[in-house]
Amino acid sequence: MVATKEKQFRVIGTRPIRHDGADKVTGRAQYGTDFRMTGMLFGRVKRSPHAHAIIKRIDASRALALHGVKAVITAADLPPPTVGGGGPGPGGGGGPQGARFQMENFMASKKALYIGHPVAAVCATDAHVAEDALALIDVEYEVLTPVLDVREAMAEGAPILHEDLRTRDASPLASEPPADKPTNVASHTQYKLGDIEKGFAEAEVILEREFTTSMFHQGYLEPTNGAAEWSKDGHLTLWNSSQGPHNFRTQLAQMFRIPLSKVTVVPMEIGGGFGGKLFMHVEPLAAVLAQKTGKAVKMIVTREEVFESGPTSGTYVRVKYGAKKDGTITAGQAYMAYEAGAFPGSPLSGGMNGVFGSYKIPNILIDGYDVVVNKPKSAAYRAPGTPAGTFAGESLLNEMAQRLDIDPMELRIKNAAKDGDDRPWGGKWGVIGNLQVMEAMKNHPHYTSELQGENRGRGVSMGYWSNAGGETSASASVNGDGTVQLVLGAVDVAGTRASTAMQLAETIGIAAEDIWPKVVDTDSVGFTLLTGGSRTTFASGWAAYELGMEIRKRMVERAARIWECDAAAVTYGDDGIIRGPNDSEGKERKLSFKEIAAQLGRTGGSIEVGANVNKQTVGPSFGGHIVDVEVDKDTGKVQILRYTAFQDAGRAIHPGYVESQIQGGAVQGIGMALTEDYYWGADGRMQNASFLDYRMPTALDVPMIDTVIIEVPNPGHPYGVRGVAEVCIVPPLAALQTAVAEATGIHFTQVPMSPRVILEALLKDGD
Amino acid sequence: MARHSPSFYPEDDVVTIHIPATLRTYSGGRETVSVAGGSSLRQVFQRLDAECPGIIDRLTLDGDIHPAIAVFVNEEQISLGLIEPVPEDATIRLLPNVGGG
Repeated sequence: MVATKEKQFRVIGTRPIRHDGADKVTGRAQYGTDFRMTGMLFGRVKRSPHAHAIIKRIDASRALALHGVKAVITAADLPPPTVGGGGPGPGGGGGPQGARFQMENFMASKKALYIGHPVAAVCATDAHVAEDALALIDVEYEVLTPVLDVREAMAEGAPILHEDLRTRDASPLASEPPADKPTNVASHTQYKLGDIEKGFAEAEVILEREFTTSMFHQGYLEPTNGAAEWSKDGHLTLWNSSQGPHNFRTQLAQMFRIPLSKVTVVPMEIGGGFGGKLFMHVEPLAAVLAQKTGKAVKMIVTREEVFESGPTSGTYVRVKYGAKKDGTITAGQAYMAYEAGAFPGSPLSGGMNGVFGSYKIPNILIDGYDVVVNKPKSAAYRAPGTPAGTFAGESLLNEMAQRLDIDPMELRIKNAAKDGDDRPWGGKWGVIGNLQVMEAMKNHPHYTSELQGENRGRGVSMGYWSNAGGETSASASVNGDGTVQLVLGAVDVAGTRASTAMQLAETIGIAAEDIWPKVVDTDSVGFTLLTGGSRTTFASGWAAYELGMEIRKRMVERAARIWECDAAAVTYGDDGIIRGPNDSEGKERKLSFKEIAAQLGRTGGSIEVGANVNKQTVGPSFGGHIVDVEVDKDTGKVQILRYTAFQDAGRAIHPGYVESQIQGGAVQGIGMALTEDYYWGADGRMQNASFLDYRMPTALDVPMIDTVIIEVPNPGHPYGVRGVAEVCIVPPLAALQTAVAEATGIHFTQVPMSPRVILEALLKDGD
Repeated sequence: MARHSPSFYPEDDVVTIHIPATLRTYSGGRETVSVAGGSSLRQVFQRLDAECPGIIDRLTLDGDIHPAIAVFVNEEQISLGLIEPVPEDATIRLLPNVGGG
């Protein structure tokens, strides 16, 4: 359902079949794991069985003696790290050690810092031989005490992961360290608005609670992968599925100290990413093995290895709200500690921005801490860091509504952030759809309906995500029959071939089906940033618009040549009809796009245009969810009865894909809230590293997610686009927490609220 | 720092930088610091560093804005790095970059 659709476009707002759909549903599409090359070798990674250990010795002689093994590498074979640069995580983790930390995450040199940390890699003529060789690589460790919990890692006397880490190192905006001594706290960042003490002094009701979240995994179906080959003249080619072929090219060129022109990254189709494929995993190891053997080397990791690499952060968040009895919020305070994994760079800023993101609160203090622990390096995961912070903030706000006896949506509307209000982290909001989403929720039949029955409850939550812009390249060429080839630099993880083609089609007045969009390798299009941050339909859409406007100009010039008139007298209509001055007989001159295209050869040759944009006029996204549940008090299982998700899309280019993004995000958030969890053994080993035991929701677990698209156009985009892919994962946690609280009378402060957790709480509560 | 020609930089052209809470050790606790305007962000940062010694080392890396910082000039996020033109009487905010997924 689209709540505020304007009928002013020809293509935008329609639902054409995606251009890449047939290949994907018939199995013809080639994913990273499908790549094969004659004579290529197969690589595997030897990983640490210890969460924290000094590597005393590595002996690969037995492995190298195995028939078929071609090479074994350790950290000593990797190029030395460059100076500075970005770190290995979504928070950047930059600073003086950034590049070194990145290399250490690819392969441990002196210390293994988490179970699954690569310590060596092998390649062989056969994947099974490579697997067998792993057991023949002898590694001697001195096992150290690990620290696995964020609060324990922050405590005095905790085991230290990096002797040279100081508190400000992970963020340029972090505060100065309290002392020059080793620590696991990589940064402390603070947002301050107004006077927090004054805000709480003005409050008539104050609530404070602590919340924790588990690590979660993106759960992409296709494991991380990479195949690398060096030519005899030193040109590196990488085939893999990732969210950022151009960023990978940059990192590989820096790593091997070769020109960018000597690296080609070929993006294969991607079997899911959700942020987990923004960063390199085994690709550099494949490149080093390929360099050492002179052969192409392909690496695919197992599902267990996938779980051992790149989850999101476990968190501890303490939130405090102060409000007047009329519902006016006077103060909001949060203490947020995020696990970065073994190296600095958690998605802390996403959490800090989101915890109070939907509200105008005059007095705010947020302290955020990025903390290293002996777990896999955290990676980005859909609205990185935001679900955890919002789980805490929104759950407590619902409790505040209950305490004040105010309708939770009324409380939100009363305190809603609007255009021009101060943001908690500085600056002011532009044009936002926050209030429109809240009002749509309050007036929706789901919210106004009465929920009946025992052990049932309803919850609501808002969510905020900033979205992103940045460098994007594309080109287009007009064919002689009036169809158009569209060349894209941005990898398509969610239907952006279609959404970009539709924006070009809208601009030049032809059908989306007459455009053929293609994602190409890094040699064939200009630099394009990662596909992430919900930026692609916004940024590639900007590029498509600029391509379209240039095509219009060129087509006008061609029409003027045909009619032998001044181009200034020719107009290009939004319907794709080009009109000129009347002929000598007074008849209107007009040609369609296809009619002019048919004459390109004799009017100057083909038309090919390029666009390189770097737009930051991003429109943030707000969303809100309503959920009804029933809790089985005998088993602790939560059954979702009804779920409605609302979201400001700015402009829904392809409403079907916007709806599926909202539904997909909601389901992933439901998984975080109810079932997904990393079960850790005392030794730091994940106990449930398979999809059988890491319980993501399936189609059998969730009902139809109803969607309501609100359109408050982003004034910074020619078609009003806001990113839509991420904010939808933010609200489910708190909405479900509140629904479960209403059903059971227990305010859970941790997710997942798995059946075991709920049942134990019910038994403790005597129910 | 020496200023360029008065005609290029009017005397009353002042740029206001909001200092993040965690960097106010550099500004002596001041929430905002005003410096004479300049044609580019690089010049503004240099003048800020003259007022708050050492802060430029936190804001820049390898000759550009630190990749973990997003700079907003008059509420618009900039895209040209240190060569970004800074209009007269601008307000500058320094925010952490948020990584997407």
